[in-house]
Amino acid sequence: MYRKHTFFRGLWRHAVLLVFLVFALFPILWVISASFNPANTLVGQSLIPRNASFANYIEVFTSEQYPIALWIKNSVVIGLITSALVVVMTSLAAYAFSRFRFKGRREGLFASLMVQVFPQMLAAVSIYLLVLGIGKLIPALGINTHAGLIMVYLGGAMGVNAWLMKGYFDTIPTSLEESAMIDGASPFQAYYMIILPLARPILAVIFLLQFIGTYSEFILASVLISSSEKYTLAVGLQLFIQDQYASRWGVFAAASVLGALPIVVLFMFLQKYLVSGLTSGAVKG
Amino acid sequence: MVFIWIALYLLSAEAYLVFVLLLLGALLTNVIFMLPKAYPYRYLLPAAFFLLLLVVYPIVYTVYISVTNYGTGNILNKEQVISQFEGRYALEPDSDEFVFQAYRDPQDSLWLLFTDSQGEKMLGHRGELTRLRENDPLLDQLAGYTELSRVDLVRSTNELSAQSFAYDDTHELRMRNINVFNLYLQQYSYDRERDALLEVQTGIVYTPEYGYFQAPDGTRLTPGFRALIGFDNFRRLFGNPQITGPFVSVFIWTIQWALLSVATTFVVGLFLAILLNDPHLRLRKLYRSLLILPYAIPAFISALIWRGLFNTELGVINQILQATIGSSVPWLQDPFWAKVALIILNLWLGFPYMMVICLGALQSINTEMYEAAVVDGATAWQQFRHITLPLLMVSVAPLLISSFSFNFNNFSVIYLLTRGRPPIVGAQTPAGHTDILISYTYRLAFESGRGIDYGLASAVTLVIFLITGAITFFNFRFTGALEDVNKNV
Repeated sequence: MYRKHTFFRGLWRHAVLLVFLVFALFPILWVISASFNPANTLVGQSLIPRNASFANYIEVFTSEQYPIALWIKNSVVIGLITSALVVVMTSLAAYAFSRFRFKGRREGLFASLMVQVFPQMLAAVSIYLLVLGIGKLIPALGINTHAGLIMVYLGGAMGVNAWLMKGYFDTIPTSLEESAMIDGASPFQAYYMIILPLARPILAVIFLLQFIGTYSEFILASVLISSSEKYTLAVGLQLFIQDQYASRWGVFAAASVLGALPIVVLFMFLQKYLVSGLTSGAVKG
Repeated sequence: MVFIWIALYLLSAEAYLVFVLLLLGALLTNVIFMLPKAYPYRYLLPAAFFLLLLVVYPIVYTVYISVTNYGTGNILNKEQVISQFEGRYALEPDSDEFVFQAYRDPQDSLWLLFTDSQGEKMLGHRGELTRLRENDPLLDQLAGYTELSRVDLVRSTNELSAQSFAYDDTHELRMRNINVFNLYLQQYSYDRERDALLEVQTGIVYTPEYGYFQAPDGTRLTPGFRALIGFDNFRRLFGNPQITGPFVSVFIWTIQWALLSVATTFVVGLFLAILLNDPHLRLRKLYRSLLILPYAIPAFISALIWRGLFNTELGVINQILQATIGSSVPWLQDPFWAKVALIILNLWLGFPYMMVICLGALQSINTEMYEAAVVDGATAWQQFRHITLPLLMVSVAPLLISSFSFNFNNFSVIYLLTRGRPPIVGAQTPAGHTDILISYTYRLAFESGRGIDYGLASAVTLVIFLITGAITFFNFRFTGALEDVNKNV
């Protein structure tokens, strides 16, 4: 299908690609430029900022009214805790699905596929009322607590993750575990000392996918968290900017750059795994 | 230990239902850990617990709310509403006036000495009223307390107006102004046997109907209470022109939006993938890793950034348009342009994903096919149309369907760029021209200026469930995921 190009043909392709490159990169460059522009406004911004300074970044870390740095920290912490718990929880379930034969196994697998039919965020109203109720009994897990939010995320995390992980566990030969069990290992020791180390790549993928998903989650966080110092970045940044683009653009840009950085870096390092994870996850539903 | 502590706590909080559930849960846990046959279930316990509590239960509860009238005006339950009505008093028209003096005892507690127009004296303290004889010993006791001056009275207005004393069966003594107390008549009394609210003065009987206490002539008392109202929410959704109209237009736009999102991102993604798949292209690795960048940025940040770029007065896009073609576009104010803005944003967000999966799919196509086609004299377009596209579709089609259902519920892009605006004129519910079903639901439930409506929101949610469910089932069929389950068991 592809022939060697004449000079002119090659040029045509590069021209088209350049157009899309501009489309893809312009917003990013524009925001990076804005973040160094001390004027803090949309008005009269140019791609290469005049009098570039770190003023906006300093504002992100020092503003008392809008603790943006704190929101980024909240998002990271909530993302890390959720992802870690999800990996533990789903790897346990996936191990059972992969290695044991028991009543309800088929139904369980089926259920883990089915729950994706019902995105958790759709039930935001019920979840809000449920967490409100839980909070009356156990205040630490109620509305406006990070623990409550994490708890809600744990519920929504089963689905694809368990399915992906089970698929990976299935590819690990059972002979290793069998010989370990002959040496007297319990099934749990086999899981902990043999399966988990061998399954590290998929654990990492699930962890990262979950982290990115949690970090960007907006609807449940905005329903469940109500006080400024507890916002995640997704909720806080939105409230910070509202319609005040004219007066807060620079600080917003700095916050965006800082907020996107952890995800972009992760993404760049793990592009290959993530893309294959995403596609195979989607193929399975 | 912890369990016992929690159980005791729940008992003390009178949360019996939760207590019973906890007991059952603990019992089940013990069974699972004691029976050797139940060993595998131990591994499933944590995941199953969270799944049941935070996914399955909310879905069931959503179904339940959709047949109730839960929302502004019907937030409280029936008992709370009844006690609210029983606490309502109206000024008795021919009430005597009671002048009063206020005293504080050493414990700072308030004592009120009332005198009616006949000169009869009464002493009120902590809700109780004592009629005083002449030279009552209580009067001497009172003399030992500090009497409040006029200034003190004004300062204690809140405390005073909270005081009420039962005068007789239907009357209470309450403060009318800083000078006098008056008799107030209880407006409603609840008859437990007939389950009805009686208006004391008029004798009208209000019976509970569809979440309100209603008089025989149809007058409703507000607030109402939470109640089952059958399929009323669905009837409103499909039968009330002011709700159905916006709902239908939201629905149509949701479908358009999901289709357009998939189509635009796929066409651009595929086009770029074909360009980049060319092994002779220089710098292809660089192009690829730069073009993928938009996908790496969290969507909520991108959406907010684009909102700034689209800003009508100051945004850079309008500035460029102004400089080049001399006119600007009302991006976020005009229904049509707001939709265009959304599609552009979603194209930016989504084309890298499509590009990546198309690149993967293209690489798996056997090149011998093209060689054979070239031998047969096929043009480049024919090769694309008859070899590339059909083979690509086999692996990419399920992803397109997933992408459709993802965009069908793509709340954050819509909400963060346009918030559903501009609003649809004349809609009874907060519906906007760019609202999709999920953002419409969110606004119904959480931020309507005209009051929240959990019931209607849940009804819309069920409609979304049905559609998303149908699409996903179709996709499972398509990819054989369900057969996978069978095969794997």
